[in-house]
Amino acid sequence: MDLHIALKAVEAWPLSEEIQISAWLFPVLETLHVIAITLVFGTVLIVDLRVLGLASGRRPVTALAREVLPWTWIAFMLAAVSGGLMFISKADGYFFNLQFRLKLCLLLAAGLNMALFHIGPFQGVHSWDEDKTAPTRARLACGLSLGIWLGIVSLGRWIGFTLTS
Amino acid sequence: MQQFATWLEATPLSLIIQNLLWVIPTVQTVHILAIAVVISSVGMIVLRIFGRSDPDSPLTYTSKRFVPWIWAALGVLVLSGSIMVIGEPVRSLPNPAFQLKMGMLLAAIGITFVFQTAVGRMATDAPPVKLHWGVRFVAIATLCLWLAIIIAGRWIAYMILPEY
Repeated sequence: MDLHIALKAVEAWPLSEEIQISAWLFPVLETLHVIAITLVFGTVLIVDLRVLGLASGRRPVTALAREVLPWTWIAFMLAAVSGGLMFISKADGYFFNLQFRLKLCLLLAAGLNMALFHIGPFQGVHSWDEDKTAPTRARLACGLSLGIWLGIVSLGRWIGFTLTS
Repeated sequence: MQQFATWLEATPLSLIIQNLLWVIPTVQTVHILAIAVVISSVGMIVLRIFGRSDPDSPLTYTSKRFVPWIWAALGVLVLSGSIMVIGEPVRSLPNPAFQLKMGMLLAAIGITFVFQTAVGRMATDAPPVKLHWGVRFVAIATLCLWLAIIIAGRWIAYMILPEY
C-alpha cells in the first residue's frame, strides 16, 4: 500500500480533522509539547550531570535518579501524546520531513542508550553511588544521552522551519 | 514602539540575522535549552520545598545548588532573546504576548532574587524545616509563573500583529 495513501487516511481521522480545523487546538498541543520537552531535557540534564561528576556531587546517584526520573517519564509521556496528536493532523507532511525522521531516529537512539545504560553500567551502581564521578562507561552513556537529547530538541525546532505541505 | 521596531528591522545587524537563515532556528534552540535549565532548576527547588527531593538537606543548600544555574540560564535567555528581538523586531516588540512575557519575567527575576537573599540568610546547619504552607503556596505560584512565561513565549508566534 502506498505510504502516502495510508498517511492521508490518518489525516482524515475525525480527531486529526478536529486538530486541523481548530484555531486553538494545535497551538495548545504545541505549547504543551514545548513545556514537556523542556522538562525532559532539564531533568535528564540533572541526572546526566551528576553521573558525569559535574553537579549535585553530594547526592547519591540512585537517590537523585529516584527523585527526578519519574518526572522525566511523566514529561516524556506528555511530549509523546502531544507530539502524536500534532503528527496525525499532518501525518503525510511530517512523515516525509527529513528533520522529523531524524528526530524519531534520535529518540530511538536515546531509548536504546538508556536501556543499555540500565542493563550495563547502572547494574553496579551501588559501588559508585556516592562517588563524585562515575565509571567511564556510565559517563560515556550519560554524555551521549545529553548529545542525543540536544539533537532531538534541535531537530524538533527545525521541523517547523522545513515543513512543506 | 512600532516605529522603533521598523527602524531596528532595517539596521545592518538585524539584516544579517534575517538573511542568515540558520541564525533564528539555532538561537531558538539555545533559548529552549536554557528554558529547560530554568524550569528544571525551579522544579528541583519546589520538590525540596515539598520534601520530595533531598529532604534532609537545609533549603539553603538546595538553593545554592540550583539558583546559580537559574541566573546563568537567564543570561543565556536574555542574550538569545535579544538576538531574536533584533532579528525580528516587528514580530516581537509590539506583540502583546511578548510584552506580557517581559512583564512576567521581571516578576520572576524579582522572586528569584528575593528567594536567594532570604534563603541565603538561613543557617547552613539549621535542622531541616517542615516547610510552612505559605512557602509551599509561593513555590507553586512561582512555578506557575515560569510556566506562564513559557506559554506567553510560544504564543508570540500566534499573536503577531498585522503590519500597517
